Amino acid sequence: MEVYLDNAATTRIFPEVRERMVQVMEEDYGNPSSKHTKGMEAENYIREAKEQIRKQLKCEAKELIFTSGGTESNNQALIGAAMANKRAGKHMITTRIEHASVHEPLAFLEEQGYEVTYLPVNAQGKVEPEVLARAMREDTVLVSIMYVNNEIGSVQDIGQLSAVVHETNPRTLFHVDAIQAFGKYQIVPKRLGIDLMSVSGHKIHGPKGSGFLYVRNGTKLRPILFGGGQQQGMRSGTENVPAIAGLGEAVQLIYTDHAAKVERLYARKQQLIQGLQSLEGVRVQGIAGMELRETAPHIVSASFAGIRSEVMLHALAERGVFVSSGSACSSNHPELSGTLQAIGVEDALLDATLRFSLSVTSTAEEVDYAIRQVAELLPVLRRFVRH
Amino acid sequence: MYQAFLLKYAEIGIKGKNRYKFENALCEQIRRKLDKIDGEFQVIREQGRIFVEAQGDFDYEEAIQEMGMVFGVSGISPVEVIEDKSWENLAAAVGDFVEHQYDSQDFTFKVKCRRSDKHYPMTSPEVCMELGGYLLERFADLSVDVHDPEVVIWIEVRDKAYVYSKVYPGACGMPLGTNGKAMLLLSGGIDSPVAGYMIAKRGVFIDAVYFHAPPYTSERAKQKVVDLAKLIARYTGPIRLHVVNFTDIQLYIYEQCPHEELTIIMRRYMMRIAETLAEQNNCLGLITGESIGQVASQTMHSLAATNDVCHLPVYRPLIGFDKQDIVNISEKIGTFETSIQPFEDCCTIFVAKHPVTRPEVQRIRQSEKNLEEKIDEMVQTALDTIEVIEVDS
Repeated sequence: MEVYLDNAATTRIFPEVRERMVQVMEEDYGNPSSKHTKGMEAENYIREAKEQIRKQLKCEAKELIFTSGGTESNNQALIGAAMANKRAGKHMITTRIEHASVHEPLAFLEEQGYEVTYLPVNAQGKVEPEVLARAMREDTVLVSIMYVNNEIGSVQDIGQLSAVVHETNPRTLFHVDAIQAFGKYQIVPKRLGIDLMSVSGHKIHGPKGSGFLYVRNGTKLRPILFGGGQQQGMRSGTENVPAIAGLGEAVQLIYTDHAAKVERLYARKQQLIQGLQSLEGVRVQGIAGMELRETAPHIVSASFAGIRSEVMLHALAERGVFVSSGSACSSNHPELSGTLQAIGVEDALLDATLRFSLSVTSTAEEVDYAIRQVAELLPVLRRFVRH
Repeated sequence: MYQAFLLKYAEIGIKGKNRYKFENALCEQIRRKLDKIDGEFQVIREQGRIFVEAQGDFDYEEAIQEMGMVFGVSGISPVEVIEDKSWENLAAAVGDFVEHQYDSQDFTFKVKCRRSDKHYPMTSPEVCMELGGYLLERFADLSVDVHDPEVVIWIEVRDKAYVYSKVYPGACGMPLGTNGKAMLLLSGGIDSPVAGYMIAKRGVFIDAVYFHAPPYTSERAKQKVVDLAKLIARYTGPIRLHVVNFTDIQLYIYEQCPHEELTIIMRRYMMRIAETLAEQNNCLGLITGESIGQVASQTMHSLAATNDVCHLPVYRPLIGFDKQDIVNISEKIGTFETSIQPFEDCCTIFVAKHPVTRPEVQRIRQSEKNLEEKIDEMVQTALDTIEVIEVDS
């Protein structure tokens, strides 16, 4: 049996998405910038994808920039906002649990003379509004906070945090990395006070190399790619039409019967948490003192005392269960998870923690099978305990 | 651009009556290398040197790089072949050569000549003198320095005339296939690929063995070893890589023996298995990347304890090297970047906090008695379930 529980890393493409992409690649392969009909046809795919996404976000089509995915969206948001708002100041705020595609562009900006404040999170992985309020300054250009954390599935109260930002400094932009949240939550940026929002296509059964950045009307942003001036000059380069068409389709599909999909995810998550917690020496991280629904519906982070995460990961893979280790660790280069450390997971478990992530297609049988494999492996792998 | 290359070789020049064997092996290895790149090449053996004549389109840099990885070649010179060797034509061609070969003609030089065509109307010293004069006249900023010239222009007068001046360094050593075969214990580290390279450089073909411990070591760690084998295969030729599943043996040792002796006992079993494999594959020795004192398992005591189980000679070409020396070679042969990828191998995972650094062979043998019940069967299973991967560059 093959059980793929690494859906926070990437997902399997929906068949409808694939078909639409094949259609674009084989038949409607024109360049949207071409003036002939073949170009027009291609442009229509982009128009339609924008429409599909616009409906969900309840925004205007011109507020969307198609990108190559989450990393580019985050880079564009952070670097583009910094470059366009130099006079507003050189201070930025983020959290300690962001993805590298937020931390690294900020590190680049630090090299350029920007000052970045990294907010701590509480034991539940959440930013306290007061902590954010205290960090806000006159010269704060931008605040970047992720909606759902990719390692433990903690969810920020985005509406509350954006209120703090906008009330303390009306000039400050609020960026949300919604890469793990989009498709799991109905997100209306205007209602939540979001100025910039990053989304990736392949986390919602769309193609890799697809994604978008939502840019609220009137937000000053400089492009980071220059060239032929496509997408109103905000993102030069011939549009990746198959990916964009696939992305639009995936967005529409993931939000069809959405409430039922989320219900199913939480049911699977509940089953997974219960199954894992019933095993000796297993602890699910980042859920203590919270209702199930206060956490993201698809991510479970579990620690297996005494077993290195990579060993458990490979052993599960041998049995067809695919999960991921929160940390890329080796004896030579310990790079332990910043998120787990930030929520206070004890040192001994940092390198013994795995992430299981569900998709809307995960079944109860699959989750059962995965739990059974873990249960069988625990005693085997505990034969060898590292000194 | 150049029609030929002149390859010089160092050590095999002194092999007496066996010399032809070495030269044949060298030519074969050069052909094998050149077969892999675009272009047609003819490898010609002639009076103590090897000429490679190129026909059709080929990439000059690529050809030099490939030939530079053939053991036994000490230097590679791009040669202009001058078919009409009459004096006027020869002088003009050598002048053109100097003009094309160097960006500016403002160096000191001298001309050296070898003349095997004894019917040629000029003697070697005459060719040198006349050509020197011609070049001085043609290029105003050249000057002659016979003692310490910046450039030596070589002329060889045979059936045709040849001119060359640049020498690119070769890999040196001895041609592959002149010295049997050995079994390399290849891990994912920096040292063992270098050790394999160094022994291969003495003309030895290489087989390799890797000890894999799933799920404790990942598929990526194994892929890294395959990648390393591929990199050294550019020098050593095709490598047969034997992947041994070592997990059960390691766990059994872990359960039955004192933990501070784990590494030593584990290495003794690796050597035993490697030796059996070596014998099955006609290898005449084992190769390891050990260097005295580098880690606990490489102290003199530990090496003695490990060596205790081997009958075949164990070649340890890095034994007296500092780590930095080893790193330098690995950078030179292009394995360093791959070696430092962070995947654990079984040696780094199954290690005690305080391993013995002065193991006594008697005690280790005593500890191994705890394994008597199952170990032979486990070793046999490991040998029976080996995965063989044929690796070529």
